[in-house]
Order: sequence, then structure tokens, then C-alpha cells
Amino acid sequence: MKARGYLPILMLALVLAGVEQLTSWTSTVYFLTQMTMTTYYALLVIGLCLVMGYAGQISLGHAGFFAIGGYTSAVLTTFDLTPLLARGNGAVSLLSAAGLLVSRDNLYGETLLSVNPWLACVTAIILTIVIAFFIGIPVLKLKGHYLAMATLGFGIIIYRVALATEIFGEADGISDVPGFPLLPGVIVSGDFSNRVQNYYIACVLLLIGFALLQNLIDSRVGRALRAIHGSEEAANAMGVDTARYKLYTFVLSAVYAAIAGIFLTHYNGGIGPSEAGIMKSVRYVAIVAIGGMANLWGALVMAGLLNFLSLRGMFGSYDDAVFGVILIVIMLFAPQGLLRLQLWHLFKKSPRDS
Amino acid sequence: MTSQLFFQYLFAGITYGSIYAIVAIGFNIIYNTTGIINFAQGEFVMLGGMIAISLHAMLPLPLAIGLAVIITMVIGALIEIIFIRWLQNPSVLRMIIITIGLSILIREAALHLWGEGVRSLPYFNGNEISTIRILDTNISPQVLWVIAVCAIIVALLSLFFRFTSLGQEMRACAANRLAATLCGISTKNMVTFSFMLSAGIGALAGCVVSPITYTQYDGGTPLAIKGFTVAVLGGLGNSMAAVMAGLLLGIIESFSVSVVPLAFQDAISIALLLTILFVRPHGLFGSKEAAGLKEF
Amino acid sequence: MKRFFLSTVTLLALWAMATFFAMPTAAQAKTIKVGAILAETGGASFLGGPEARTVRMLVDKINAAGGVNGDTIELIVKDSASTPEKAISFAKQLIEEEKVLAILGPSTSGETMAIKQLCEDSKTILLSCAAAEVIVNPVAKYVFKTPQKDSDAVKKIYMAMQQMGIAKIAVLADNTGFGKAGKEQLEAIAPEFKIQIVAAEVYDKAATDLSAVIAKIKANQDVQAVVNWSIVPAQAILAKNIRQADWNVPIFQSHGFGNIKYVEAAGVAAEGIIFPAGRLLVADTLPADHPQKSVLIQYRDEYEATFKETASTFGGHGYDAIMILVNAMKTAKSNDSEKVRVAIENMKGFVGTGGIFNFSPTDHNGLDIDSFAMLTVKDGKFALYTK
Repeated sequence: MKARGYLPILMLALVLAGVEQLTSWTSTVYFLTQMTMTTYYALLVIGLCLVMGYAGQISLGHAGFFAIGGYTSAVLTTFDLTPLLARGNGAVSLLSAAGLLVSRDNLYGETLLSVNPWLACVTAIILTIVIAFFIGIPVLKLKGHYLAMATLGFGIIIYRVALATEIFGEADGISDVPGFPLLPGVIVSGDFSNRVQNYYIACVLLLIGFALLQNLIDSRVGRALRAIHGSEEAANAMGVDTARYKLYTFVLSAVYAAIAGIFLTHYNGGIGPSEAGIMKSVRYVAIVAIGGMANLWGALVMAGLLNFLSLRGMFGSYDDAVFGVILIVIMLFAPQGLLRLQLWHLFKKSPRDS
Repeated sequence: MTSQLFFQYLFAGITYGSIYAIVAIGFNIIYNTTGIINFAQGEFVMLGGMIAISLHAMLPLPLAIGLAVIITMVIGALIEIIFIRWLQNPSVLRMIIITIGLSILIREAALHLWGEGVRSLPYFNGNEISTIRILDTNISPQVLWVIAVCAIIVALLSLFFRFTSLGQEMRACAANRLAATLCGISTKNMVTFSFMLSAGIGALAGCVVSPITYTQYDGGTPLAIKGFTVAVLGGLGNSMAAVMAGLLLGIIESFSVSVVPLAFQDAISIALLLTILFVRPHGLFGSKEAAGLKEF
Repeated sequence: MKRFFLSTVTLLALWAMATFFAMPTAAQAKTIKVGAILAETGGASFLGGPEARTVRMLVDKINAAGGVNGDTIELIVKDSASTPEKAISFAKQLIEEEKVLAILGPSTSGETMAIKQLCEDSKTILLSCAAAEVIVNPVAKYVFKTPQKDSDAVKKIYMAMQQMGIAKIAVLADNTGFGKAGKEQLEAIAPEFKIQIVAAEVYDKAATDLSAVIAKIKANQDVQAVVNWSIVPAQAILAKNIRQADWNVPIFQSHGFGNIKYVEAAGVAAEGIIFPAGRLLVADTLPADHPQKSVLIQYRDEYEATFKETASTFGGHGYDAIMILVNAMKTAKSNDSEKVRVAIENMKGFVGTGGIFNFSPTDHNGLDIDSFAMLTVKDGKFALYTK
């Protein structure tokens, strides 16, 4: 990507910082709580945008990857290892000796010993990659409604497992998840005192993720993906290894979802089975579609807007209804997405500008 | 496992299976003429039940059901005319998302119209505890109603598609829309008609299963997911296959109870389905060529 | 294209600014803000719906009668759709922006546990409408709950079983937080009453037919009674399926059965079901000198007149939450959260719909086992169970 390709991302960074400034001038800093949550959801959505818009593969199971990330991290950082250590469990002793365990006090003054959030985070990501790989290989061979069904099925399985397994807290989910100290003094947590800091953590994560995707799309891989979207057979004939590209993008977007899940779980201090629900996956797909499918900017803006308003409770008990109306109206009247802006083409003067 | 328990599981499975199948048939009718999956199909089932229950307060049961089916058919037709008819060559994904949106909208409307409470139609014969003894096991008469209605719908549909000119025109649309248009068939009208038909079948299903499953504003989505699963498992577009797949899934689910905890039932049945899909990506009874013709 | 882009961005920016500044933040004089996070929609809507309606009705009534200590209550109800992430977002919003005195709800235990720490850290009173015992055990300073204890419900059921000579039971539960908590208590308390759980199953909250699992349990010759712990419509389905299988086993349900709609749905299959519940459902049959009688009848009649639907015990949890808060504000003669908290903690003998509340620093529920009565279904109506 040419240097000026980064210009829009720089602008995005300025806008995000500007929003924070605006809230502090108007002493409405509390808006940042929902903005931070929204930003994490947006990270998932742009990852999904890559799979849907560019590789042309629908995924109705992305909330599943979000949940895999969130739940893995939550379990590892809340499961009390003290009894295991006392019993001389080899693996736990080893972790303890390696300094990978941390102890903290809970709300009731008990001391808990659990896995270091960094280790939990890395484990969660690796687990997601493995699962996405093994799911992706057979699933991505399917097409059309069969692909939709298979990804939906994957999402349902994750949801059911979260809801039926005792270690995942069944219907209650997991609460009291500790903060995630990224650097000394920089911690992902929902404390009111850490709010501004957390907003910037989320923004930086989103910007990195966005730049990475932007870069990918403008590279050889991106061209291959667009070829797959146009016609898989033709791409294959041209020597593009379609199966491999599809799989890699699928895994990458799963990792995006998992990272969003991990960070949001630490930020919220908990996760529940609703995060794995089918309605969530449907929402993500719909947001990508409203944003205009192969349009990272569209996906980003729509994800930001809709999630923010929903998390603020703007629509009360009409939340889903409003969402449904927006979905229908945009799909009927502006099927290319509300923001039919292919921003990077403005800066690149690409012939594909339409 | 005693033979009594075996048959009890079998009948439970047939109960689930015929409910799934009846929903799946609705999916198939629209899929056949339009090539899209109508994700609001489950809402037709819910609407049929809800409207019949409301009407039953003032009308006798058969009349209430008949009227509910007609009203739901009108709603189905209106939905098609308002939201789908005028679109120029919509992509499949766009249609999926519009129908998902419709499904959400109908569900929310039902919540604000009928509230969150649970309702049901009375049993067509007998009451909540009456049973019929078959093969040393007990089965509710309503289950026989569901199975009978399911069978009649399948039989009538196949006659309709084979012997009436309207049915033949719809099949022509399914086979090749362009060719059908060239033969002077109004494909647009066929699509409207397929929405009406599938809404009507959904509504009838909603009425017949209501005494067993109850009717609640959010009852449509789980049924739609199961129905979609069954339709895909059988091979999209094939109603007979959907019935077979529905019964198969129902029976697998009921027998799975004997070995795995009930809480994992859904996960198991879906995992099994995925495995089948991976081995036979065009469905259990579908043909590979047919699946190849209809894609995104 | 470029102009379109620029104008769109400008519009968006304007819109964003408008929403930022248009938010009404200036508090009117003499209003006390009280938040409520209730699941009006989503999986727990049959809890959150009646709770939200009750709380709105009562606040209107209190304000019409001149408010509390001369101040009016401004109620802010947020619909969490039964999801913890929304509950968290709304709790932060209510605490920080609205600076509420107290939060009523959430309706489910998962959501309550998700915001427990938040309320504790920010010193905001939380009056949960969820049943699980973990909410108040261990006790957190600012967290209270109004529904009766699951463990007391379990004890009531086991006592009735002992009287009937039942020793081996099957336990069924739905996969909501309510079912989960109940199942845990059933398993934990069983040894105390020498009761053995010979079969246990968890079904989905959207289950539409349970005949397969009933067949499985029925095949177990040891089962003398079935206990079902659930708040979803499947309670009625379960009763139907048991009777359809021609199985005349005693059926016990939890206090989640306290909704006449389930009895109507189960029809004759509901006859003879035994379950513990607050006395709201049998208010008419209580003796005239029962302390709860007037409160129960008044609430029930008001609710039914306002909303044209039968009152359930779930709405009663909402009633107790707001009335305990109002009562504490009157006792403390203040809107200071610490003073109100202390007033709740020291509240004795408060008559609510769930029972007589006697709070203490170690008991943030305040209800004892007598808050439950054993009920049964007779001729399609709730009646006191007598043996």
C-alpha cells in the first residue's frame, strides 16, 4: 500500500481522538463506555467484512468465534487454581514456577490464583485458530445456502456448549473477570477511572486491525479474493489457490472476532451465552451487508452507529424492531450499502471507482 | 432398551420430525420458485397460531383455523408484493437479509401486539392428558393430527404441482425462469403465489402444532432454524425429501436423549448434520447436479 | 463522488454532535432518579415484562400521591433483552450519567452477577429481581434481592415429599439461570432430607416437546416423584407430556410456576401439581388476619385493573423492589445512598408480596422459609396445598 493509502486511517485516528476530546469538553465522558464496547464489536465486523465482502463467503457463525475467545480467556482468568496447586498438580506447579499465574483478591476478600491474562489471551487465540482451521476446511467447500447452514450450525453448537457446560457458567455466564494489564499502568478493565485509557486501547486495536485488512485487500491476496468472489472457477483456472485463500481469510477473521471477544470480556468483566447467540451472528452479517459488503469503511461506520445506539438503549424495547426496519429499508433501497463510498478509491483514483 | 421404550422414543421422534418437516416444506416451496430461503417462514407458523388463537375466542375452531390460514396467506402475499416483487434481479444474499429483517419485524410486532405470554389452541380431540395406546405406548391424538396434516399437505402439493396448470407453471419457474417467461408465464405472479402457498402451509402447521408446542411471539425462529436444517439436510427444493429428513432428525434427537444429556441434544443433532453435509454437500436426498444449478 | 463523500461525512459529524449535546443532562429540582434494568424483551421477558409494568405503575402512583419525602421519583427503565452485555452497559449509564440512587433488577441472575461488582464499586444500591442465592451469598454491601431463597423453596418441597414418603426423585430443570440455581440447590440439600436424586436432566428454555426425556425418566423404576425447576412455558409442556405418557407420578414444580398462564396452557394436566410460591396467588383464601392479605389483594387488583392481565409473582418481585426502596427512603428521610442502604439493611417486618422482609447486615434477602406457601392446582386455579 502506498503511503497515501494510510491517509484515511490517519483521518480515522484523528476522528476517534476528536470524539474523545469532544466528550471531555462537554463533560460527557461517559459516552466512551459504550464507544469502547462498540469499537470492539466493530473489530469483529470488519473481520467478517473480509470474509463476506471480499472472499464472498457468508458466515452465520461469527458470534461463535467471539465467544470462543471471550469464554476461553474468562475461564482461564477466573478459574481458581489454588486447590490444584496445593494438591501438587504438575502442570499448575510448572505454570506457577514459570511465573504465569497471578493472584488477586475478589469482592469478598478471598484470594484467587489464576492464569496470567496474557497466557489466557494467547491460549484463546491459538484455540480459535485451531478451531477455525478445522471448521474452515470442510465448511468452505460448501456453497450458497449450504454454507450458510453449516456456519449457522457451527454457531449453534458453540452456543449450546456454552449454555450446557458447567465450567462456562451455563445460563449465567462468567462474571468477575479481572482486568487485562497490557503494559504497566495500561489495563483493559471496566473501571470508571480507566475509561479514557480503555477507549484508546480499543481504538488502537481497531486502527491496527483496520490498517492490516486494508493492506491485505490492496495486496496480491486481495486481488485473489476479489477473483474468487467474481467467479471461483475462473480464479481457479487462473491458478489462484482458492481453497487456501478462503481458508486463510476465514481464520484471520475468526481471530479478529476472538480478539474482540477477549478484550470485551475483560472490559465488561464477564461474558454470557447471549454473546454466542444466533441473533448476534445475524446482526453482524446484517451490519456488513448494510455497510455495503465489500466496503470496510461502510462496515466500520454502520457497526459503530448501530451498536452504539443499541448499547445506549436508545430504542428501548424496540431495539430489535428498529434494527429489522433499518435492515429492510437499506436492503430495499440501497442494496450497495448506505455509505456507497469506496473511500480508498478516492485517494487512489482507481478505475474501479463506480 | 425395552420395546416399549423404543416405541416411545420413536413416537416422540416422529412428533418432532413431523413438526420440522411441515416447516421445511414451506421453505422448499419458496425456494423452488425463487431460489431464495425465506427466513421469515417460522414467523408464518407463529402468526398462524396466534391469529387462530385470537379468532378462536369468538369463532369455532375449524373456522378460526381456516380464517387464520387465509389471513396469513394474505400477509404472505402482501409481504411479497411490498418487499420483493419490485426488486430487479436481487442477489440471493440481499434476499436472505431482507427476509431476516422481516422475520425480526414480524416477531417484534407480535410481541407488542400479543405480549410475551404463552398461548395455545385447544386440543382438536380430547384434552391435554388424553392418549391413544399404540404398540404398548401412549401417544397424544394431536400428534396423529400433525402427522396426518403433514401427509395430506405433501400429497396435495405433489398433485397440485403435477396436475394443475398453476402448479405446472410454478414448476416451470423453478426449472428455468427465463424459459418460463418466454412461454408467457408471469414469473412475478408465480413468486407471489408461492409466498401465499408457503404462508398458508406455515399457518396451518402453526395451528396444528399449537396445542403441543404452544405459541409464543418468539417461537418462530427456533422452528425456522430447525426447518431450514431439515430442508438443507433433505436437499433444498424437495418436499418429499424434507419429510424424510425431518423424521430422521426428529428420531435422532429423541433417541439421542437416551445416551447424551438433554442439554447437548441440539449440539449433537447439529454436529451430525454438519458431518452429513460435509460428506454429501448437496443434502441427503438431493442430487448433486440440482445443487450445482442453484447457487449464489 | 468526492462532494458526496464530504457532505456525508459532514452530515454524520453534525448528527454525532447533535446527539451528544441534545442529551438532557440537567436534572430537575426535587427529583430522585431510580434506574431499572429489566428484561422486557428477550428470553426472560415473562419475568421482565410484569416487573417493568409493575414498577412503572407503582412509581406513577407514588408520584401522584406526592412522591417520597416530598420529592418525585424519576424512573428510568432500560430493557436489557436478557443479555449481560446490555445490562453492563446500562448499569454504567445509570450509575454515571443518571447518577441514580438505586437500580431495580436485573431480572436474571446472570445479568445481576455481571453488574454486582459495578454497583458495589460505585456504591449504588442494587435491588435484584433474580432468584439465585449467589446474589446475596456471600453478602455484598450494596446488593439486595427480593425473590425468596431457592434453598427455602427446595426445603419446602422436600418437606412435603417426606410427608408423602417420597425418597427417590427425578430432577428436571431448564437451561436458564433460574433452572441452574434451582438444580444446584436441589442437589445440595437432598442429603439433608435423605432424598436421593436418581435422574437429572436439563432441557432447553425453548423446548417444545419433552416426551422423549419423559419416556427416559419413566423407564427408571426408582423414580417416585418428578421435580421440575423452570420459569419457561416448558413447565406446562412437561406436565402434559407426563400425563400423556399415562404416568401418574406426583409432579413438583418451583416457584417459577406461579403464573396462571402456565396452568391454563397445561389444562387438566396441571391438576395436582404441587409447588412452593409466595401467597399472592392465593390472596383470597388467606385468613383475614394474615398480615400480607391486604397488600397482596391491593397489588393484584391494581395490576389487573391497569393491565387487564392476571398478576403473577414475578411482577410481585418488582413490587417488593420498589416498595422496599421507597420505604427505606422514608425511614432514612434522605436520598443519600449510604443512609438508604443502612435503612434497608435494618428494615424489619416490611410486608411485601414475597413475604415479610427482615433484613440484616448478613441477610440481604430478608425472607425466611415461611414466605413460601405450598400451593397446588385445583380445578384450573391455584389453591393452598394441604395434606
